[in-house]
Amino acid sequence: MPDTIDLDVPAHEHAARLRAGDYTARTLAEATLERVRAQEPSLHAYITLTDELALAQAAAADERLRAGEGGPLTGIPIGVKDLLSTKGVRTTAASKMLEQFTPVLDCTVVQRIQEAGAVIIGKTNLDEFAMGSSTEHSAFGPTHNPWDLDRVPGGSSGGSAATVAARGVPLSLGTDTGGSIRQPAALCGILGLKPTYGRVSRFGVVAFASSLDQVGPFGLDAEDVARLLGVIAGHDPNDSTTAPVPVPDYTEHFGRGLGGLRVGVPQQFLGEGLDDGVRQAIEQAIGVLEANGAVVDRSVTLPSADAALPVYYLIAPSEASANLARYDGVKYGYSYTSGASVEEEMSLTRGGGFGPEVKRRIMLGTYALSAGYYDAYYLKAQKVRTLIRREFEAALSDHDVILSPTSPSTAFRLGEKLDDPYAMYLNDLYTIPANIAGNAAISIPAGFADGLPVGLHLAGRPFEESRLLGAAHAYAQLTDWHTRQPSLPAV
Amino acid sequence: MTTATRTDYEVVVGVEVHVQLKTRSKMFCACPRDYFDTEPNTHVCPVCLGMPGMLPVINEQAVAFTILAGLALGCEIPDYSKFDRKNYPYPDLMKGYQISQYDQPLCVGGALEIEVAGDHRTVNLERIHLEEDTARLLHRDDGAGGYSLLDVNRSGVPLMELVTKPDLRSGAETAAFLRKLRQILRYLDISDADMEKGSFRFDVNLSLRPRGEERLGTKVELKNMNSFRAAQRGIEFEVERQTAILEAGGTITQETRGFVDATGETASQRSKEEAHDYRYFPEPDLPPLQVSRETVEELRARLPELPDAKRERFERDYGLTHDEAIALTETRERADTFEAAVDASGDRKYARAAAHWFMGDVTRHLSDLGPEAELSDSKVTPAHVGDLARLVEDGTITGSTAKDVLDAAFETGEMPAAIVEARGLRQVKDEGAIDEAARKAIEANPKAVADYRSGKEAAIKFLVGQVMREMRGRADPAGATEALRRHLDGGA
Ligand SMILES: [Zn+2]
Repeated sequence: MPDTIDLDVPAHEHAARLRAGDYTARTLAEATLERVRAQEPSLHAYITLTDELALAQAAAADERLRAGEGGPLTGIPIGVKDLLSTKGVRTTAASKMLEQFTPVLDCTVVQRIQEAGAVIIGKTNLDEFAMGSSTEHSAFGPTHNPWDLDRVPGGSSGGSAATVAARGVPLSLGTDTGGSIRQPAALCGILGLKPTYGRVSRFGVVAFASSLDQVGPFGLDAEDVARLLGVIAGHDPNDSTTAPVPVPDYTEHFGRGLGGLRVGVPQQFLGEGLDDGVRQAIEQAIGVLEANGAVVDRSVTLPSADAALPVYYLIAPSEASANLARYDGVKYGYSYTSGASVEEEMSLTRGGGFGPEVKRRIMLGTYALSAGYYDAYYLKAQKVRTLIRREFEAALSDHDVILSPTSPSTAFRLGEKLDDPYAMYLNDLYTIPANIAGNAAISIPAGFADGLPVGLHLAGRPFEESRLLGAAHAYAQLTDWHTRQPSLPAV
Repeated sequence: MTTATRTDYEVVVGVEVHVQLKTRSKMFCACPRDYFDTEPNTHVCPVCLGMPGMLPVINEQAVAFTILAGLALGCEIPDYSKFDRKNYPYPDLMKGYQISQYDQPLCVGGALEIEVAGDHRTVNLERIHLEEDTARLLHRDDGAGGYSLLDVNRSGVPLMELVTKPDLRSGAETAAFLRKLRQILRYLDISDADMEKGSFRFDVNLSLRPRGEERLGTKVELKNMNSFRAAQRGIEFEVERQTAILEAGGTITQETRGFVDATGETASQRSKEEAHDYRYFPEPDLPPLQVSRETVEELRARLPELPDAKRERFERDYGLTHDEAIALTETRERADTFEAAVDASGDRKYARAAAHWFMGDVTRHLSDLGPEAELSDSKVTPAHVGDLARLVEDGTITGSTAKDVLDAAFETGEMPAAIVEARGLRQVKDEGAIDEAARKAIEANPKAVADYRSGKEAAIKFLVGQVMREMRGRADPAGATEALRRHLDGGA
């Protein structure tokens, strides 16, 4: 019965109980849907709830479980960012442009979690086309932070982070182009991992910035994140940018502890612009690592990383300006049809279908790619990107991880930064370098400041997600931050 | 060679040619590549429809075909190539950008030698790159105002673009270049290169400058030419038009002009101010293309014998004239057919006779079957033609009998040797029989005899014809002439 199920546990505990027959995937799905639905008025983490799909998938999972088959995801409820194409389930990218758009196929990642037996509860809210750091730029209204409903959950994968933090679902998927998994994970007090660029297929994921976008997992502990990553990672013949690198068991570093872990802490990431409360929490976390055998080196520098933010705001909008060109009202999606000419209709479709942040970035990118500006902006940004990548390589040649805060502040108030794009962009100061370099990176719960969660950011070498997850797992053995849970009113 | 314009100007021409490649699937998805004569929007998938989140996957066959073209045209094949996005909004462009190649094409440089009126010229190439075709807008008008329908079958069809340097100097040269290029593409079997089906399309850039001047004049882009003849006419019209403007002291406007087939004239379409800024940038969905030397060498080994080499060999090995060799190497099929006929004849010494039959009566028979008919559309095989050539050359039948034998072969598909035997058509060399027929002809045609005797040599031909008629075409013509002269001259 649903009321006998403890929904606050991580996915791997559900998996064990499902296998033990304590409850079925169906009852778990029903209980999950009931809780999510109850939380929605406060959180608004979802754009679409997929009850029917969830119950069908749960039934299929139960058959596999009864047959003694299935894996760690079989029967596990999951939230999927509404940027990932789901066959037969509308996929909006939180845009009016795609409000009625229903894909004809599943993206590779959704296909993989379905094959693994996951139960999709719904499509989670995000900033329109993943452009934003607060989930306020959603055409369907903002998501609220479960720790303080007046505050943002971060973004762009805010819905995915909020629903896991609120224990609505134990697992969710987000995308990270410039911190869009790690920053909301930090602001909501859970784990979020951005895989190495090329680790997870982008096929069927509504594109924002193709050379930066990566799908990644949210979870309550390192084991859950590792299991979900293990399912979604791997080469995909439909995505030529995926790497043919074998997928390891991402729990392979669990149990190794922190002894000898070489941690680089660039001082530039602990300087100006960082909230005191966040700094204190991070320093405390560094202390825990050091006390448990990690070798902390504060002399490491990434001189060009300070340029990562401007580089990002040239490359990502440039790619976005092309990626979003297809939304012209001719083929699908929102379409303005009363114009005097097809050109006018295309123009008015885009004017009416996109929100202000999306338009801002399209214009920025169009400008950066224009004749006469390309060399000064786009090309120069690509050169600096190469520099940043090399500096990461150098820094990670004698360090295992680069440590920093995930976000310079804790969750801010709804509306606080909405009218100041630059202040909003600064949220991603520490996360964006890993996107620019393409490295794997994770945000781990690492304490609180004024009652709001703080995230610790670890960036590792390409394709060394296992090491990051090993460190996260070891840290969680020494602290209980990841078990802290917000209390939602009337739930 | 340069064609003189009215007085002082020479025209400088470069062309851009778009060629649809004959691959199995489209450029970046698994849809069938063929779109001509297909039900609209049946060869489509989320990728070529430009659905959200869809990603391209490079068609290796299209890359190989492009490299083959590059190797055939003497291009350099760099180790590293990449795709770029060319951005422009248009309803037939499903993604709002075209995946093309900007600054690192698959093939660089190269040249093609052309022959115009016996003169040889080398046309240098700038590059060859690979891209995808757009969808097709079909304009309709139901009376209540026009509208457009979109057929996405063509979206994503592999398109190879070849750009020449401004090395052409006349409409005739341009047409010759295009013809030769199409011939090579067909030899390579990488494209239908059919203008009517849109698999071979070209634009022309041209400018005029005073002869002797190095600097190029103002460039005009010429579009909408749907045949080689149209290319030539369009260029020639532009030369006239621009010469008149320049001679009157005017200046040429940089613009795009369309050729109008009905009038043979060109009309302004778009001026430079409206030109697009395509905002090219590297395609982030595709990794750079590494072309290994092994791949290039494997492809080079796959190159067929090309028209020029084949023509030279035909001249050398079969003793054909230059023009004969050009005609018989026009297509690979024709050249293969000819060689198969020579093989079937049993000896290369019959090659010229086979060439003669192919270019004459065989061609006439085929044109009766239809404008595009090939030998394979008839009952006649190369072996038939080889057999016929041998029968004529070794004197088994006369040339005039051979025409009848060929007619019969086209009708029944029987081998010429069998037809000759069954119908008793062997050439008669029996001197007695010929002598008898000559005597009869002289008796029956006193006027021709009188003409001959009064010095009209041609009269003998008439009399030979009468001998042939008497012997149903089977007389040895030389023997008949000899017999006639013996009677006529001897009796004088
Ligand atoms: Zn397709």
